[in-house]
Amino acid sequence: MKNIENKEGSETIESLPSSTKLAIELKNITKRFGHVVANSDVNLKVSTGTIHGIVGENGAGKSTLMNILFGLYKPDSGMIFLNGQAVDVNSPEKSIALGIGMVHQHFMLVPTFTVLENAMLGNEGSMFLQSGEEFALDRLRGLSENYGLDVDFEAIISETPVGMQQRVEILKALNRGAKILILDEPTGVLTPQETIGLFDILRSLREQGVTIVLITHKLKEIMSITDTVSVMRGGKVVANFSTEKTSPEELAENMVGRKVLLSIKKPTLKVGNPVLEVKNVSHESKDGVNVLKDISFDLRQGEILGIAGVAGNGQSELLDILSGIETLQRGQITVNDKTILPYQDWNSKKAREFGVAHVPEDRHKRGLVLPFYNYENSILGYHRNEEYSSGFLMDKRKIFNFVDDLVENFDVRPRSSSISSSKLSGGNQQKLVLAREIESNPKILLVGQPTRGVDIGAIERIYEDLMKLKSKGTAILLVSVELDEIMSLSDRIIVMNQGSIVGETNSSDATELDLGKMMSGLEKV
Amino acid sequence: MPESFQLIISLLDSTIRIATPLIFCAMAGIFSERSGIIDIGLEGKMLLSAFVAATATFLTGSPILGLFAAILASCGASFIHGFACITNRGDQVISGLAINILASGLTITLGIALFSRGGQTPPLASEQRFMPIEFPFLDEMSYVPVLGDLFVEVISGHNILVYLSVLAVFFTYYVIFKTRFGLRLRAVGEKPEAVDTAGISVIKLRYQSILIAGMLCGLAGAYLSIAHGAGFGREMSAGKGYIALAAMIFGKWNPIPTLFACLLFGFLEALGVRLEGVELMWIGEVPVQVMQALPYVLTVVLLAGFIGKARAPGAIGVPYSKEG
Repeated sequence: MKNIENKEGSETIESLPSSTKLAIELKNITKRFGHVVANSDVNLKVSTGTIHGIVGENGAGKSTLMNILFGLYKPDSGMIFLNGQAVDVNSPEKSIALGIGMVHQHFMLVPTFTVLENAMLGNEGSMFLQSGEEFALDRLRGLSENYGLDVDFEAIISETPVGMQQRVEILKALNRGAKILILDEPTGVLTPQETIGLFDILRSLREQGVTIVLITHKLKEIMSITDTVSVMRGGKVVANFSTEKTSPEELAENMVGRKVLLSIKKPTLKVGNPVLEVKNVSHESKDGVNVLKDISFDLRQGEILGIAGVAGNGQSELLDILSGIETLQRGQITVNDKTILPYQDWNSKKAREFGVAHVPEDRHKRGLVLPFYNYENSILGYHRNEEYSSGFLMDKRKIFNFVDDLVENFDVRPRSSSISSSKLSGGNQQKLVLAREIESNPKILLVGQPTRGVDIGAIERIYEDLMKLKSKGTAILLVSVELDEIMSLSDRIIVMNQGSIVGETNSSDATELDLGKMMSGLEKV
Repeated sequence: MPESFQLIISLLDSTIRIATPLIFCAMAGIFSERSGIIDIGLEGKMLLSAFVAATATFLTGSPILGLFAAILASCGASFIHGFACITNRGDQVISGLAINILASGLTITLGIALFSRGGQTPPLASEQRFMPIEFPFLDEMSYVPVLGDLFVEVISGHNILVYLSVLAVFFTYYVIFKTRFGLRLRAVGEKPEAVDTAGISVIKLRYQSILIAGMLCGLAGAYLSIAHGAGFGREMSAGKGYIALAAMIFGKWNPIPTLFACLLFGFLEALGVRLEGVELMWIGEVPVQVMQALPYVLTVVLLAGFIGKARAPGAIGVPYSKEG
């Protein structure tokens, strides 16, 4: 680690030309939540008119640090300097007045309000809305044109696409006179095209002198848009780089604290017979929306089929139907030569009996009972198996034997069977769920968002486990919004948009741009 | 005038009298709940302020002072509610229920201690109350058929608080939908994080909202004891706070539809009183309890299917905390 510590502050930041002014300087910031130290003695320097990236795994303290800068959290100790002046940012009101704007990871927009109402909130311009709206609209239109922030001011936020919601957030910040803009994981919800659009906006903001801090865990984005970058790990800034002098590998190594393999070795395997056949499946949600339209595909033995798409285009519903959570309404599913017809008896218990295992998209809601102990969670759904119960009572000794092996073999940390699963990190929770499903020796594994909120170290392990399962001949259906993940894991990729399959391709032929176009529904292949 | 018309006129007249406290309370509920604070304590605040209004009026002889004392008392209760669930992030339903129980016990205890009349306050003379106001041109209007009767019997001849309650509806509508304060109030009830990150204090905004709710409840209480009635009686709010709450939900947290819901519930109660002991065709005599239960039954039935989903403010009942 020593060589990395040495880099801090010395190599890049200090070597910036002396004429460069610092927009932000944080000195020795420390913040604790209870016993957890979220930021420990953090130092950070950002020059005016640059785009500075902050990378780090989940829980590295990136968001906490930015929330401190924005005045949402109070630091326990440390100093903040803006443009060379020591300032006391103790509330968002203060930070806004000092010219800081923040676009949060979860948008801070009122879903029932119009775009205009959201953008003007806090800077209404008048006691009365009518005159305030005219005033605000005038100014917002100007900002919107100036920076290419295309929005529909009349639209209700909950009915607008996330890309527009994000532009509203940026407008909102600029409307308050932001000269420093913090963006927390801004591309998580965007298609590749929308991301390109966002980066264009950021570049035009930089040209006009706005300082931008970009928090992300996507190294590619850091490389493509930032001028300088800081890496955080365990609440500390462990390295600073000038972007052009670093590489994704070096950043990843600093994020994790050891060398990581970013590429995956795919076992070459001859795919076998179809084990899952989905024919003309359509589905209507409770609100009467057609969430799935005539979906058909095959999944073969030893194959990983990736389903790409922006979140909310029917992938979740498809998983729900295949895993037996939702009733099949129209179409037909064949699982291991057994056919399921609409409104037939099909539920998650049956699915397991048929050899379908499921790693749900939302592990907190469906994968685990959070307050349960690891030993309880790791047999969830398989608790009826004779292995774990002697008739009426659970056989704790057998369960413990099983779970002790499980946490060992799948590297769930801490290696304890009797710790509450809520105490595990996101990555370890995910490993536990995956371990449980893999141990059931499924014929088909349905996986939703396997690495959402999971740190790089655990991602590496999860990918390994999936590949191992594939080489055993299990068919895997992978749903993910992370395009990189889909492209590097899958053999074949289908793309969903608004409930339909809009394209299919072999992953060797797929390019991110093509998939992105299909995802946004622009192009049918 | 035919008898049936006479009956309708008098029904409408009592509808308005009965609906007045409902309207005040429902508007109070809108202010509170639109800001994200459940206000189940409408009932208690109204009861408390009814007692304080009657007591203060009896002691000072001035209904104006009584009214102000009522508003003060109700705001005090609102403040306690706010301290419990805004400042200390307590459970809003529990806090509201506590206010109701407190008001119910406290008014009786204080009443007995002060006046030794079994919880009642001494009757007030008519100059100590808000008396009906007669509109000009009554005589001339009474010659106009139908409209004239409506004007004379239904519109005119109420006390000032009745007219104030109608103003309160427009006030609520205007403030909530047409002012900056209203925009922020609605925002804080839907998504407090959005308000906080816009540099506006969530806590201050919510306190302001519930204090306005307190004032409106104070008016409702004063109406009961020093305008409509002539003194305080035990439990005189008799569930009106809950009916107002139902009306507010029925009206989807919107002032104008809520006004009509209050009028509807007022009408049902007036009808119930009128039908007491009356033999109805085919049905026979309807027990008074059935009529009293009607507003609640109606709310459940209508909410269940007829008026579509009533969407409560998004952040209602959730204490706001910055740090997760």
